[in-house]
This record gives sequence, structure tokens and C-alpha cells, in this order.
Amino acid sequence: MHARRSAVIFAWILLTPALLYVCAIVAYPLVETFILSFTDASLRKTTNWVGWDNYNKIFNATFAEVITRTFVWTFFSVSIKMMIGTFGAAMLNSAVPGRALFRVLTMPPWIVPMAIGIFMWGWMYNGQFGMISGLLQRFGLTDSPIAFLAYGETAFWATVITDVWIGVPMVTLYMLAAMQAIPQDLYEAAWTDGAGRFYRFRRITLPLLVPAMITMSMLSLISTFNSFDIIWILTQGGPNGETTTMIIDTYRTAIGSKKYGEGAARAVLICIFLSIFCLCYFRVTSRLATGDKQ
Amino acid sequence: MKEPAQLIHRYKWYEILGIYCGIFVFLSFVLAPFVEGFLVSLKPLSQLFSSPYRFIPENGSFAAYRTMWDSVPGFGRYIFNSFFISGIVTTVVLIMVVPAAYAFARFEFKGRGPLLGAFLAVNMFSGAVLLIPLFRLMRTLGVLNTYFAMIVPGVAFLIPSAIWLLRTYIMRIPKELDEAAYVDGASHFYTLRRVILPIAMPGITVVAITTFIGSYAQQFIFALTFNAKTEYMPLPVGLFAYFGRQEVIWNELMAASFVGIAPAMIVIFFLQRYLVSGLTAGAVKQ
Repeated sequence: MHARRSAVIFAWILLTPALLYVCAIVAYPLVETFILSFTDASLRKTTNWVGWDNYNKIFNATFAEVITRTFVWTFFSVSIKMMIGTFGAAMLNSAVPGRALFRVLTMPPWIVPMAIGIFMWGWMYNGQFGMISGLLQRFGLTDSPIAFLAYGETAFWATVITDVWIGVPMVTLYMLAAMQAIPQDLYEAAWTDGAGRFYRFRRITLPLLVPAMITMSMLSLISTFNSFDIIWILTQGGPNGETTTMIIDTYRTAIGSKKYGEGAARAVLICIFLSIFCLCYFRVTSRLATGDKQ
Repeated sequence: MKEPAQLIHRYKWYEILGIYCGIFVFLSFVLAPFVEGFLVSLKPLSQLFSSPYRFIPENGSFAAYRTMWDSVPGFGRYIFNSFFISGIVTTVVLIMVVPAAYAFARFEFKGRGPLLGAFLAVNMFSGAVLLIPLFRLMRTLGVLNTYFAMIVPGVAFLIPSAIWLLRTYIMRIPKELDEAAYVDGASHFYTLRRVILPIAMPGITVVAITTFIGSYAQQFIFALTFNAKTEYMPLPVGLFAYFGRQEVIWNELMAASFVGIAPAMIVIFFLQRYLVSGLTAGAVKQ
């Protein structure tokens, strides 16, 4: 009994540094964001309590558009990422010569400093001289150069594609690991029964991948929803605010215009959405876990 | 039973062709920006800004790799800053994460599950959401426009995944080792230092690498917001300032980018086996 108690004390001592650090840098600022959202904090020395004013102020047509855009942006980015990633994993999972090299070649977008990958995309989207516009013209798909980042519609898709590109390696390697965790004897049994390759993929691989797919979609949902670098570097939310997501909007308000109170209210809304995603995530994963045991 | 395992992996010629086509399309998407970026870095500026578009550079040269050092005066400094910040961040993360991961992996105490969950929940918030109070906190601490302004928040957001990764690793070390040491009269601290740490070294290395890479790759928002001094800028922000100018000298920017990503590329090729296992470990275990 005594030994156990000393073990518990020791465990808490081990945990203390990390715990204190995260409390100071994440938990405390989180609480402060919440408090600030009810004030008119700015660069001025005085700060007044304004109640729900900040929240009333942001609920207008423009902000509703920002929220919708954020969700559409996130939805397309995550679904395209999942599709390309799963496709890539299925290809890399096949036993062909060179696959070890192909796996390594998948990783660069993930490992390289994000901003640098985005600079490269910035050049590719360049209308006059960039690769995409250049190739489209070469193949006669368009007559005149397209400046992708200059128009709302194309800029929106350009940022989605860049986000997909950054997320694909992680999805691919995760799905690949999940595919390799599927017991080989299932395939052998199916093979013995004469099931073809595509049939085995559809009837064994895909169903068994569902938990991994859900986990990965939730994880990329959270990171995509929080995505800042891509849009900020490529368009800074423009043109005409047509690539402004909630994160960009918050950054603009808080850091650009120094309206800390209003920015905090926006940040709180983001936190609420994120918490809802996380709750769903835990719900689904725990259901999957209990489902496995049955 | 060996037979089906071998036959199952035998492909017909059209299957192999299909797989290679699929891999080609997939990798084209993943690698296109790098290929294009590299070719751009070789092209002379006059050729870059000319129509029609040409993919392959004519009389390409590595001139941009020489001239960029003059055009981006702080370039060497930016790379140093990136390494310096990532190095410190990794060290601090390891100091806090090794004991915490051991505690989570080995000891049973009240609230262990929820506490681990709370740590992981940190991953949910990007720095962007917490920027305002963090900015005020940095100002109060008086560390705005110093290295600390980028190191302090950077550490916090790398701790959770590091704990998760190392915990998974330590849980795979047989518990009998701890118990044997305990029976021999070793204290908890001695067991951690002399029994667990040496065995967990490969796992700690993986965590160190992933943390370093994570820190190297994600130096943007904090550096952009909390530091305005050119001499402390890490590479991404330093190049962003250059990127934001009216007339971007693209071939030099791309050359600089390639020099900047070289360290990461070297790490990938030498340590990829550890990386893949490290990055996907927590994932599949769940």
C-alpha cells in the first residue's frame, strides 16, 4: 500500500513540468480568450466589460458567409484529401518493385516547412508565367492566361488544392499503415475461394478501413479547420475576402485591426465548433472500439 | 500455407502497368511543386517571365543559388535561426515529455485517462485561436521580438503528440524489467534513469526527430506575429517577407527554398524508416 502511494506521488512529480507548461501556454490563454470576448480590449489602456456586444456585432451577413465558406472549404479539402490519400495508399500497398522508394517520395510535402511548399504553389498559380496556366494553354484548354489567385472562385479552389497537397502524405501513410494491419490470412482465405484482386479490395480492405478512415477524417477536419498558413501566404483572405475563413477573419480582427475583444469572440466561436468536432470524434471512436469487442 | 502468400502477390502484366500508372499520377501531384520549383530555380529570370510557358529550362544554370545570398541578405541567418529555434524547442520538449510519457505508460493513478485526453485536446487548438492572450502574455513577459517569443508557444503545441508517441513506445517495454529493478531495491527514479531511459533511447530518438521536424516545418504564425526583428526570423517568415515584395525574383526565391528544405530532405532519406514508424505509431494502435 505504501509502495503504491509513493508510486502515485512519483508519477505526479514526473507529470508536473509538462502539465504546468501546457496550463500556462494553452489552458490559461484559452480562459483568457473567453473572458476577453466579453470586453472591448484593444491597444487602449482601459478595458471595459461589454457583455454580449462582441457576439451581437459579429452575427451579420458577412460573418455568416465566412462561416459557410469555412465549412465548404474544410469539407472539400478533407474529402479530396481522403480520396487521394486512400488511392495513394492502395497503390503503395501493392507488392511491386520500387515501392519502398515510392513511399519515401510521398513524404516531402509533410516534412518540408509548410510555408516553403506554399511559396512553390504560389508560383504555380501565377497567371502569366506559372506552370498550371502555362500547361493549360499549351494543351489548348484555355486561350488566355488564368491568374488563379486573382479571382474569388479560382483562389478558393487554389487554396483547397494546396491544403490537400499538404495533408495527403499524412493520410496516405496512415491509411497504408492501417492496410498493412489487416490480417493477411483474410486475403489468403478469399484468394483460396477464388476472389479476384478488386473483389478482395472492395470486400475486405475497404470495410476494414472504415475505422481508420473515420479517425483520419476527423483528425484532418480539425487541422484543416485551423489552417492558417496556406490562405495567409497565398491570398491573405482575398480577393474581396473570398478566401477568408474563420481563422483568417480572427487573425485580421485581432492582430490586423488590434480589436482584441472582437477577435476573442471569433476565437471562442472557433473553439466551440472544434469542441463539437472533438465530441463527435470521441463518440465515434469509442463506439468503434466497443463495436470491435462484440 | 506458404503457397497462397506467394501467389497472392503475383500480378498480371496489366495489373502492374495499372499500379505503376496509378503511382505515377499520385506522385506527380505530390512532387509537382518540387519539380517545378527546382526547374524555376535553374531558369534565368528573363526566361521565367516570357511566354509561352516552357517547362524545361533552356541554358539553365545554378546562378540563382549564388546571387540569392546577396538578394536575401539575412538568408544564412534565417537558416541558423530555424535550426536554433527547433533545437531549443526539441530539447525543452524532451525534458518535459520523457518523464511525463513514463508516468502515463507505467503508473496507475486517478485521472490518468482524462489527463491524457486533456493533453491530446491541446492538438485541437491551433496557435491561431490563442494568439491574442499569447500575444499579451509574451508582452507581459517582455519576450516579444526575441527567440523566446517563438520558442515558448512552439513547445506547448508539440508536447501532446510527443507524449503520445513516447508513451506508446514505453508501453512496449516489458514491465518485468521495472519490477526486477524494484525487487532489487532500486528507487523509482533510479529505475527510470538506469533501466527505462537506455532501453527507450530509440523511441526517444524518434520523438526527437519528429519534434524537430514538426518545429522546423511549423515556424510561421508565431514568428509572424510575435517577432518583427529581421535578425531573429526563422526561414519561412524571412522568405515570406521576401515573397511579399512587389517584384519577386522567383528563381532566387525557389533556390533559397531548396537550400532551406535540404536539411529536411536529408533527414527523410537517412531516417525515413524511423520517421514512418514514428509518425504513424500512435495512429494504428488506437
